[in-house]
Amino acid sequence: MSFQIKEQPIVYDVCIVGSGAGGGMAAKVLAEGGAKVALIEAGPWYDPADPKYITQLKNPWESPRRGAGNHRPFGDFDAAWGGWEIDGEPYTRKKGTEFDWFRSRMIGGRTNHWGRISLRFGPLDFKRKDVDGLGDNWPIGYEDVKPYYDKVDRLVGVFGSVENIPNEPDGIFLPPPKPRLHELMIKKAGKKLNIPVIPSRLSILTKPINNERGSCFYCSQCSRGCQAYADFSSSSVLVKPAIKTGNVKVFTNAMAREVLTDKEGIATGVSYVNKDNGQEYTVRANVIVLAASACETARLLLNSKSSRHTKGLGNSSGVLGKYLHDSTGASRSAFMPHLVDRQRYNEDGVGGAHIYSPWWLNDKKLDFPRGYHIEYGGGMGMPGYGFGFGMENTNGKYAGKDGKIKPAGGYGLGLKEDYRHFFGANVGMSGRGEAIAREDNFCEIDPNVVDKYGIPVLRFQYKWSDYEIKQAKHMQDTFEELLLEMGGILNGTKPGPESNYGLAAPGRIIHEVGTTRMGDDPSKSVTNRYSQLHDSRNVFVVDAGTFVSQADKNPTWTILAMSMRASEYIIDQRKKANL
Amino acid sequence: MKRRDTLKALSLSAITATIAGTEAHADVPKKPVAPPSLSDFKNGKSAAELARDAKIAAEPFFSVHEMQTIRLLADFIIPADGQFGGATEAKVGDFIGFIVKDMPQHQTPMRGGLVWLDTQCAKQFGKKFVACTKDQQIKMLDQIAYPEQAKPEMSQGVAFFNLMRNLTATGYFTTEVGFKYLGYVGNRPNAWDGVPAEVLKKYKLSYDS
Repeated sequence: MSFQIKEQPIVYDVCIVGSGAGGGMAAKVLAEGGAKVALIEAGPWYDPADPKYITQLKNPWESPRRGAGNHRPFGDFDAAWGGWEIDGEPYTRKKGTEFDWFRSRMIGGRTNHWGRISLRFGPLDFKRKDVDGLGDNWPIGYEDVKPYYDKVDRLVGVFGSVENIPNEPDGIFLPPPKPRLHELMIKKAGKKLNIPVIPSRLSILTKPINNERGSCFYCSQCSRGCQAYADFSSSSVLVKPAIKTGNVKVFTNAMAREVLTDKEGIATGVSYVNKDNGQEYTVRANVIVLAASACETARLLLNSKSSRHTKGLGNSSGVLGKYLHDSTGASRSAFMPHLVDRQRYNEDGVGGAHIYSPWWLNDKKLDFPRGYHIEYGGGMGMPGYGFGFGMENTNGKYAGKDGKIKPAGGYGLGLKEDYRHFFGANVGMSGRGEAIAREDNFCEIDPNVVDKYGIPVLRFQYKWSDYEIKQAKHMQDTFEELLLEMGGILNGTKPGPESNYGLAAPGRIIHEVGTTRMGDDPSKSVTNRYSQLHDSRNVFVVDAGTFVSQADKNPTWTILAMSMRASEYIIDQRKKANL
Repeated sequence: MKRRDTLKALSLSAITATIAGTEAHADVPKKPVAPPSLSDFKNGKSAAELARDAKIAAEPFFSVHEMQTIRLLADFIIPADGQFGGATEAKVGDFIGFIVKDMPQHQTPMRGGLVWLDTQCAKQFGKKFVACTKDQQIKMLDQIAYPEQAKPEMSQGVAFFNLMRNLTATGYFTTEVGFKYLGYVGNRPNAWDGVPAEVLKKYKLSYDS
C-alpha cells in the first residue's frame, strides 16, 4: 500500500473536530445557518435509539460481569466508549504528578454518559479574581453569556426551580421531579444546618419539548443513553438535527492529526487518519472549529507546527496547554438505621439526584478560595456488580429483621434476609468544587511518545495546591454534619490529611478545562473573547479549553452556550466577509 | 402489557425513525481493511467487546472439583427458602466462574482459598470440603464465616469466605430471582410522582414543608 494522503475535492465552509457538546452545538448552529460543514469524530457512529447500541433497561444478568466497570470504566452498560485508558492511545505524566484523562470516542463524545447536571456559571464565576485576587477574570461576564444560556435552555431542555440565588442564575426550567425519600431527609437536615438543598438542574425532559424527543420515563439510566432522546446528549439533540439540514458531512473513526496552515499561517484544513483503513486524509475548509475536548484540542494545536507557528498553532503566547484544571471532588457516605426494612416501590427516578446543594458560603471568609456544590446519592437502586459486598461490616453492627444484632458475616437464611433488610439504607454525597487555574498545571507534547497512529501524545503535569486540599477538608466536615444530622452512622473513617481529605486525583471528575484560555491580551491567552485564536483568525475553539476558570459548576452548559456564541460570531463574521 | 409495549406507549410515540445513511462513506475505499470492532455493534456491545467476553467465557480456569466446591459454598451462603430459590437456582456458580476469569485480582485469593479450605478440612476431618458430611461442613464454615469471632489461625479462611460471600451475594442479587427476593421493582418505564403517601407519613415527611 502506497503512502498517499487523500485529499477531499471540496472545500467546506467549516471543518469541526469533535462531536461532543461544543462540536455538536457548532455543527447545528453553523449548518442551520447555511454553512457546509465537515464534522470529524475520532470514534464511530452512535444512536441510543438504535437496538445495535441500546443498553438502557437491560438487566444486570444480561452482562456476564453484571455491569461491572472493569472494562468500561462506568460499567458494562455505560454509554461511554473509551475511558481513562484507551488501547493504543497513551498519555504520560511528569514524575511526581498525576492526571487521569478520560476520553470518549463516539458521536456525541462524553455527553452520552454524563450526569446531565446543567448549571449556569454565575456573575461571580466569570470574575473571581476580583474577589480573591487569584487566577484571572474571564474577558467576558455573565451578561455576555446569559442570552446563550437562555437559548440553550429552550433548545435542549433543563428542569429546575427558580430560586433567585445571586450566583446561581435561574434558567428557563421544566418542572423538576419530586425528591426521593432520602432526599427529603437531606433537605430537612440542610434546613437545620443552613445548607441550601434545592431541586437539581438536569437536562432531562420531564415534559416533551418537541416532536423529535420523548419525555423521561424515570429509569434513572441517563448514563446509558436514552432511546427516547429524553436527556441531552450531543449525538441525539445536536448532531442528528444538524445532519438533517443536509449541510453536514460526518467523518467517523477519523482521528485528527494536524490543523494544516498555508505559507501565511492561515489554516486551510485538517488532516486525519481513518481508523478503519489506516489511511491519511485531509479535509479542507475556510474555517476550522476545534471541539475535541480541552486537552485533545490543545494536543492537536501543539502538534500543528509550521514555520509560521513554531511552538504549535495558536501558541505564540506559550500559554497553550497551560492553566489546565479539573473540578475538585471528595465523597462520604453513611448508614441510615431508620431506613432499614423499607417499603418497596420504584424510586429509580431520573438519572442522578433530584436535589443538590449549590455553594452557599460566598459571603463567608474561609481558609480556601472558591467553593463547591454537593451532589447526593442513595435509595433503592438497581443491583449491579458489587451489590452486597461488605455485609460483614454491616450486619454485626446493626440489628437485623428480628431486632437482634447477629455476629458479623455469617451465611444461610439469616444472611440472605440481611441483604433485604439493609437494602436502600445508605446515603452518600460528593462535593464538586472549583480549583484555581495555575500556569504550572499543564499538558504538553511528550517528546518521546506517539500513539498507534503516530501522533505525538500529551504529557501532563498537575498538582493540587493547599487551596484545593483545604476545600476538600471543608467538604468532609460538611458531609459529616449533614449525615449525622440525618441520623446516619458514618461509613469508614473520615479521610484526613494522609489522603488530602479524600480529594480525587486531577482528571477523575472529568471537568478538565483551561488549556486554550480566552483573554483580551494575546500574550496571556490563546483565544480572544469570541473563542477565536489570536494567532489564526479562522480557527476557533468551542470546547472547555477556553475557560479561564471553571467555577464549581459542571462545564457542559457553559460549553454549549459558548459554542453557540462562537458559532453565531462565525456566521456574523462570514456575512461581513471578515472570515 | 409487556415491558416493551409499555415503553413504547409511554415514550416512543413521538420519536422519529433513526436517521439512515448519515455516516459519510464517500472517502472510504470500497473494501475497508478495517478491524470490524470500530463500528460493529450488537446489543449495546462492540464486536471487540463481544469477542473478548466470548473468549473469557471459553477459557478454562477452575477445575471440576473447584467448581463443585464453589457451588456448594454459594448454596450455603444463600440457600433457597420456601418461596425463593437460592444460589443454585440463580446459577451463582457460573457467574463466579466467569468473573474470576474476568477479574484476575480474584484468581489467587479464590484458588488459594479453596485449597486452604480443603487443607483445613483434611486436617480436621481427613477429607476435602465437598466429601465432608454436612455437619462437618457446617463445623468448618462456622470457624471462618464470622470475622469477629474467628480464631486468629483462621484469618486466611475468613478472608476467603468474605470474598466468597461477596461474590455470591452479587451473583445472586443481580439475577431475576435475586430481584424478586430483594423486592427491587425498578428498571422499567414508569411515572415518578414522589414518595407514596403512607411512606411519607411513616417518616413524618411531606412535600409541603
